[in-house]
Amino acid sequence: MGKATREAFGEALVELVDRFPGLVVLDSDLSKSTMTADFAKKHPQRHFEFGIAESNMIAAAAGMALMGKVPVCTSFACFLIGRLETIRVAVTLNRANVKLVGTHAGLGIGDDGASQMGLEDLAAMRALPGMTVLQPGDALEAKQAVEWMLQHDGPVYLRLTRQKLDDVHKPDYKFACGKLDAVWEPEPKAKHFQATVIASGGTVGGAVAAAKDLQPKGFAVRVVNAGTIAPFDADGLADFARDSQRLVTVEDHNVAGGLGGAVCEAAAALGLGKPVVRLAVRETGESGLPAELYEKHGLSAPHIVDACIKNLEQP
Amino acid sequence: MLTELAASTKGLRADIIRMIAAAGSGHPGGSLSVIDILAVLYDKHLRHDPKRPDWPQRDRLVLSKGHAAPALYAVMAQRGFFPKEELMTLRRLGSRLQGHPERHRLPGVEAATGSLGQGLSIGLGMALAARLDGTGQRVYVVSGDGEMQEGQVWEALMAAAKFKLDDLTLIVDHNNGQIDGHVDEVMPIDPLAEKLKSFGWDTRVIDGHDLGAIDAALSAAKAVRGKPQAIVAMTVKGKGVSFMENNIAWHGKAPNQSETEKALKEILHG
Repeated sequence: MGKATREAFGEALVELVDRFPGLVVLDSDLSKSTMTADFAKKHPQRHFEFGIAESNMIAAAAGMALMGKVPVCTSFACFLIGRLETIRVAVTLNRANVKLVGTHAGLGIGDDGASQMGLEDLAAMRALPGMTVLQPGDALEAKQAVEWMLQHDGPVYLRLTRQKLDDVHKPDYKFACGKLDAVWEPEPKAKHFQATVIASGGTVGGAVAAAKDLQPKGFAVRVVNAGTIAPFDADGLADFARDSQRLVTVEDHNVAGGLGGAVCEAAAALGLGKPVVRLAVRETGESGLPAELYEKHGLSAPHIVDACIKNLEQP
Repeated sequence: MLTELAASTKGLRADIIRMIAAAGSGHPGGSLSVIDILAVLYDKHLRHDPKRPDWPQRDRLVLSKGHAAPALYAVMAQRGFFPKEELMTLRRLGSRLQGHPERHRLPGVEAATGSLGQGLSIGLGMALAARLDGTGQRVYVVSGDGEMQEGQVWEALMAAAKFKLDDLTLIVDHNNGQIDGHVDEVMPIDPLAEKLKSFGWDTRVIDGHDLGAIDAALSAAKAVRGKPQAIVAMTVKGKGVSFMENNIAWHGKAPNQSETEKALKEILHG
C-alpha cells in the first residue's frame, strides 16, 4: 500500500515552493487534514488561514490570482463544491489562476460519514468552462499532477483521497494532462479484450486487482487510469474501445456527471458503439470502513470482476 | 476642482440614462446612487492610467455591485479607457460592455462581479497579494447595501480585520433599495456603521452625494494604518432624476423615450 494522494500533495508543495515564487496556500481550518500544515509551518508568510469560511477563501484566492499569485486553496472536496457559485464567478468567469484542492473524496474517507464525503464535485467542476479537473490514481501521479497544476495558467480542481492507495504506476511514469493511460494489461498482450476498465483516484487499485484476478480465468481485461477528468481524452477512449468488447467505469463519485458520465458522453458522441457499465455511487454516503463501503456500494474488485464478465461465456 | 467635477457628474448621469435607454434594460437606480463615489475615486484617488489598463502598479477598484456597471462604464469612458460612443453598445451581443462587468472583455475592469457578496473577498485577496509584494497598491471595493445581506461579506469583513489590511477601503452605497423593496424591510442591515466598527474596521459615515465629503473620507481612510477602512455612503437611489429617486421600481428597468427625455432635461438643465 502506498501513500494517500493528499500526503503526496502536501509533500509536493514543500518540495516545489522554490520553483514557484508566486505560490501561496490558503486554508479553511483543515490544514492538518488537507496536508498543508507542513507548508504552513515552513513558509508562514506564504500561508493564509481563512477559518471556516470557504467562500471568502476561494474569492480571496481569485483576487490574489488576479494580482499574479498562484493560490492553492484547500478544503474537503464537499466543502469546496458547496461554494460552487463563488467558484463559478470569482474563479472561472474571471479566468483566475486558482488551484482548488479537494481532499477526502468520496466514500473512501470511511467512518466520518455522508456529510463529509465529496460525491458530486466532479459533476459540478466538469460543468465549469476552463476548469481542468484532475484526479490522480496514486502518490507518484499526484506529485506530478501538483507540479503540472502549478505551472499551468488557469483554474484547476485537484481531487485527492484521504485513504492510502496502491501504487499503480511504474517508477518511470510521466504525467500527461488530458491523457488516459493504461496502467495494466495482461502479458502477453491480448489482441482482444473482454473489457477495458476506466478508473480514477481511489478505484484504480481495485480495478487492477480485478483484472489480475480475471487473467488466469482466461479473460483479458485492461485497466486505464483517467488522471484527467476534464478535458476528457475522447480520442484515447476511442483507441481503447476499439479492441474491447465493453467499457467499465468505476469511480468513487455519484453516477451522474463524473467519470462514467464523461465516458458515456464521449462514447456516444464518437459513436463507439460499445456498452458502458458504470460502477459508481447511487445514494448518499454513510459511515463504515472504506473497504466495507466500496463493497456495499459496488466499487470493490469483486464488483469490477462481475461488471467485466457478466453475461459473457468463459473464453 | 470639485466644481468642475460636479459639472462632469451631470454628464456621467446623462450617459447612464442614455446607455440604459439604448440598451432597453439595466439598473438606473443603483447606478445613479453610486456615480458620485466613482467619479471622486477616479478623479482624485485611484491611481490608474487609461492608456495602460494593465499597469501593474495601478490601484484596484472592484465594483462589487456589478449591476451598477453603467456607472462604471460612464466613468471609464470619460477617463479615456474606451471611446464614448461604445457606451451605446451596452448589453448588445459582442459588446465589451456586458450587463455586468467582465474583466477579460473590457480592459480596466478588475473583476467580474454581479453575483453579490463576492467583491470584498476578491478585493481582500488583491490587498493581501499587494502587501506580499510590497508594491503599495491600494484596493477599493464599492458594494451595495442590499449586498450586505450575503453571509460571505461578513466572512470577508472578519478576514480583512484579521489580516490588518490597511490598504483596503470598502465604500458601501447605502441607498436603502433593492429589487424586492427597501433594504430595511427586505432584511435590515442597520446599524451598519456600528456593525462594521465591531468587526474591526475604521468606519465613517458620509453623505454619498457630497463630493467634498467623499473626497475627505477617502483621504482620511488612506491615512489609517493597521486596519481596513469602511465608508458608509448615505445615498439616494436614482439620485438626480426626480421620478426615479427612492422609487424601487427604478432598480432595474430602462426608461422609455419620454421618460428618457424628461430625465435628461432634469439632469442637464435642472
